[in-house]
Order: sequence, then C-alpha cells, then structure tokens
Amino acid sequence: MEKAMSGGGEGRTPIITFDHVTKVYSLPAGDVVALNDVSMDVLPGEFIAVMGPSGSGKSTMLNLIGCLDVPTSGKVFIKGHDIRTMADTDLTRLRRDHIGFVFQQFNLLPLLNVVENVEFPLILKCGRKECGLKAYEVIRAVGLEEGLDTHTPSELSGGQQQRVAIARALVNDPDIIICDEPTGNLDSKSGATIMEVLASMNQRGKTIIVVTHDPKIAAFARRTLELLDGRIV
Amino acid sequence: MIFFEFAKRNIRLHWLRSLLAVIGITIGVVAITSMGILGNSLVLSISNTLTSVGDTIVITPHTSFQNFGGGSSTSGISERDVEQIRRSSGSNAVIPVYAGGDRIAIGRDVGAATIYGLDPKDIPLLLEVVNGTYIRSSSGVMVGSRIAEEFNLKLGSQITIGSDDATAVRVVGILKERGVGFDINPDFGIIASDQWFSERYGVSSYDQVIVKVKNLDEIDRVKSAIEEKLNRRETTVNVLDTRAILEGILSAFNQIKTFTTAIGGISLIVAGVSIFNVMMMSVTERTKEIGVIRSIGTQKSEVLKMFLDEAIILGLIGSLVGGVLSFAGGYAVSQIMLQTTEYLFVPSSLINILYGMLFGVVTSLLSGIYPAWKAANLNPIEALRHE
Repeated sequence: MEKAMSGGGEGRTPIITFDHVTKVYSLPAGDVVALNDVSMDVLPGEFIAVMGPSGSGKSTMLNLIGCLDVPTSGKVFIKGHDIRTMADTDLTRLRRDHIGFVFQQFNLLPLLNVVENVEFPLILKCGRKECGLKAYEVIRAVGLEEGLDTHTPSELSGGQQQRVAIARALVNDPDIIICDEPTGNLDSKSGATIMEVLASMNQRGKTIIVVTHDPKIAAFARRTLELLDGRIV
Repeated sequence: MIFFEFAKRNIRLHWLRSLLAVIGITIGVVAITSMGILGNSLVLSISNTLTSVGDTIVITPHTSFQNFGGGSSTSGISERDVEQIRRSSGSNAVIPVYAGGDRIAIGRDVGAATIYGLDPKDIPLLLEVVNGTYIRSSSGVMVGSRIAEEFNLKLGSQITIGSDDATAVRVVGILKERGVGFDINPDFGIIASDQWFSERYGVSSYDQVIVKVKNLDEIDRVKSAIEEKLNRRETTVNVLDTRAILEGILSAFNQIKTFTTAIGGISLIVAGVSIFNVMMMSVTERTKEIGVIRSIGTQKSEVLKMFLDEAIILGLIGSLVGGVLSFAGGYAVSQIMLQTTEYLFVPSSLINILYGMLFGVVTSLLSGIYPAWKAANLNPIEALRHE
C-alpha cells in the first residue's frame, strides 16, 4: 500500500498513524465499507485538509483520529497509543487532554456562557480551573472581543461562536485539532477569518486536520488527502 | 462542580416540566407522611384512652350464657371463689360485681337497663361521679351519663325497677361518661349496692369479678395465679386480661397505619414515574449535547452524575417542600380527625416526616438511574449526529 507521507517531516515520529485500517459498518441492508485498507502517517505540526465526496469515508477517518470510534481491522495509533486496545475511559481521557474538536454546527453548550464553555474542558481535566491555559487568554488569542465573555452562545454570530469553539478546543493545550467542516455554516468572510485563526495555531505547533468540501479552505492546508470510496487517492 | 451547575441550569431552563415533577414528589411525600402521622396519632390516642382500662383482669363464669331477663345468674362466681381470687391477687383490689338487666320505669317512660350491684366501698375504684354522691346505703342508686340523658334523670329522680314486684329507688349520683370498657359498661346502666342487688334478685353468686392491678408488670402473674387456683380441676371461670385485648387492638391499628402509609407510597411511585418521564425527555432532547460533551472528553461516569444530580435536585426540592407541607398537613389532619394536635409533636410522629422525605429523595434517585445510565452510554458519534 502506498503511504501518503508528508513532504518536509521525515525522521520525526508520526503523531497519527493509520496502519491498514478498515472500518466496516454493519447495517440491516448489508455491510458498508467506510474505510478500505487505509494507511497514512501524520507528523506533528502538519496542517492537513481531508477532501472527498459524501460517503467517501471522511467522517469515519475523523472519528478514528478523534478516538470516538475504533477500526474494524488494522491499527490506529494516536500519540503512540493503539486506540483499539484502549478502554472507553482511556479513550475519553485521550480526547480530553490531547485532541481538540471543532464542529460545523459549533456545538457550544447552550446552558453555559462563553467563558464557561471554554472552561468546560479545563474543569473536566482538573476539576478546578487552575491548569492548562487561562480561558481568558485563549479567548483573546482566537480574537473574540472582551465584552462577549458572559454572553450565551445564542447571542453570538456564527463566526463568534466558532471562535469560542476553537478556544474551547485549544484550552487544554492539545496536540491535535480536528475540524469537521469548520466553515460550513459561515459566510466566506467569517470562514476565511476562522481559517486564519487555525493557521496561526498551526504555526504555534498544533497538528490540524480539517475536513472540507471547499477547495479555498483546503488551500490553507499544507497537505491534502483526497478520499474516494474509503481509499486515499 | 460543573455537572451540578449543569443540572441546575437545565432544571431552570425547563422550569415548568421540572416544577410538575417536583409537585409530584411533593404530593407523594405529603401523602406518605400525613398518612404516617395520622396513623401514629391514631395509635397514640387510642392507646391513651385505653390505658386507663389496661390494668384490669376480668373474671367471668365459664358457663357462658348470661341471662338478661330475670336479673339473676344461675351459676356465678361464688363467695368462696372470690375469696380464692382475693388470695391470688395479693394487695390488688378485687371487686366482685353483680350484673343483670331489668325493666325500668321513670314516670311514664318505660325501658330496660343493665343493673350492677357493687360494694359501695369498691365503687370509687371503678367509677367517677360528676353530679351528686357515691351510694352509701342500699337505698340509692347511681346512673350512667347516657341513661340519665335519655330518661332525663336528675338527682333525686325516682326509678321503678322491675315489672311485677317493682321497687323504687332514688338517684343519688350521676356518673361520668366512661366509654366502652372490657369490664362493665355503666353509661347505660344503673349502679346499686351489692346488698340491694342480692336482696332484690335473691342471688349470692357474682357475675363478674374485676381485679385492678396496681403495677402493670404484675398482670400476667396475677392472671395465672387466679387461673391456677380456680381452674385447676375444671374450667370454672374465664380470665381475661385487658392488656392482651389492648395489644390486639393496637396491633390492628398498627396494621391500619401500615396500610395508610402504603397508600401514600403509591402516590410516591406515581411521582417517581413522572420524574422518570421528565428525565427521559431530558435525555432525548439533549442527545446532541451529550454527544458534544462526550466527544470533548467527558467521561461516562460524569454524564451519569450530571443526570443523577438533576434527579436528586428535583427529589430534594420536592421532599423539602413536601416535608414542610406535611407538617402542616399532619397538623390539619390531626386537628380535624382527632381534635387534637398533641400527638403531632412526639418523635414517633415527627420521624414520619424524615421517612417521607427520605423516600422522596430515594424515589427520585431510583427514577433517575435508568435515564442517566442511558445518557451515559449513548454512542458519542450517533449522539453528535442527532438533531
């Protein structure tokens, strides 16, 4: 199998490794092969765009990288951990401490205000608010104005909500940030701003994986993985 | 903790639904507690009214039929038997009683009454006069409060007893109402002296002997001593101790108490179902949110805790409100049904409030377990996709 290797990073330990990964979903209508024998490495600090039509396996790949799912066969290593051998508690902890999620729908918690939303993963990790980064610093770093801190998500625009979501993804200082169509619900101007925020985080050393349909968004990435029928093409 | 905060805010967001669940729990707690308090007050009040006769041993002839027509009994308890009873009873008061029924006439009113013949010096041990005096000689009688009311008897009224060989007697005292007893029931009766009774009806054996025990602990000993003496060869008397009867009555009341509390429990179960329903709705509505918090690193156990917190908050509020209301409810119920609230402020009544509240919280918790478990075990990917 061909391995999609990054251009500039030979010699470093991959942060994500797919080793002949197959994922099959058993549905009443028959088995669906979502990923078919995919192998790849992602090195720390990469900015990768994953593209492909619906049903090509993008979401499945993202779920595996995000430790939300485990492969049917083959191995997925995240920071050297074989996720298939891990218990749910350990997978959850891995997500909490090392992976940041950014969703198309923003998915902020409606019951919490901006600061509380950003603090949530911190509290999950430490029980108190005194570890990782300061919520306020992260909120400033993603470029959200100060007056919005105590607003609830419903009072913010889409672009503002997505900034809060990125701040939430960053607050536990993760190594990997995975973004599922992060600009899909935004106008092109807000979308471009969000991509600039992600690009600046990449410059600070975060590994960023973005699933997108939009070639303009993919242009921010330094490498593009094209998926078709569960294979990298 | 943030999960508690979460639960709190969700309850506030869906305040109407939460309020209904709280009301359910409140009603359940009030029902179970008020029923408990009422039952307990009932038992307490019954036992208080009955203890006054709880120190009595009643001895009746074994030949069970008691004739009510002629006033005299054919085979009663003889003087010799009474002497035996006195010896078995030690220093406790032994009161032999003649009893019979006869026709009475007051002016033109005619009726029938139970007539008791008692030694005048024994009467104060058993009965209390509210008006007039105790009988001192064989000429006067005392009458029960109910019969006095019925025939409009006053001190000095004349009663003609018997139909053929009628004798007239005068009322010298009216008795305090005594209620139903296990020994004699003087409220509808006429109390005469033993001398008058035995002369009037020509009897010498007694119909009943009452032993008043000074110390309740002696009751069993005295009872068996009497039985041993009199029933050694053949059963000549029946010996009843009122404490055993009381215990039977009290245990019956305790069963009623358990039953009423169980009825209260049913309403608590209904409240539990309502909490269950609210929680299931909450889980379904918040499926996406659960998916989000699970994907960003919330453990199953933490999701479980979040939902259980919600159930506990609902249960605690409902139980606290219910506890306060059931105090008021218990007060009202006692006042209405027992005309007194003195039994509300005793520990055995108040503990019902604690039990009721405890049951309320436990019911809520139990109702929350399945929804919380379901929330915790949602597949994060599917939950995220949920709209």
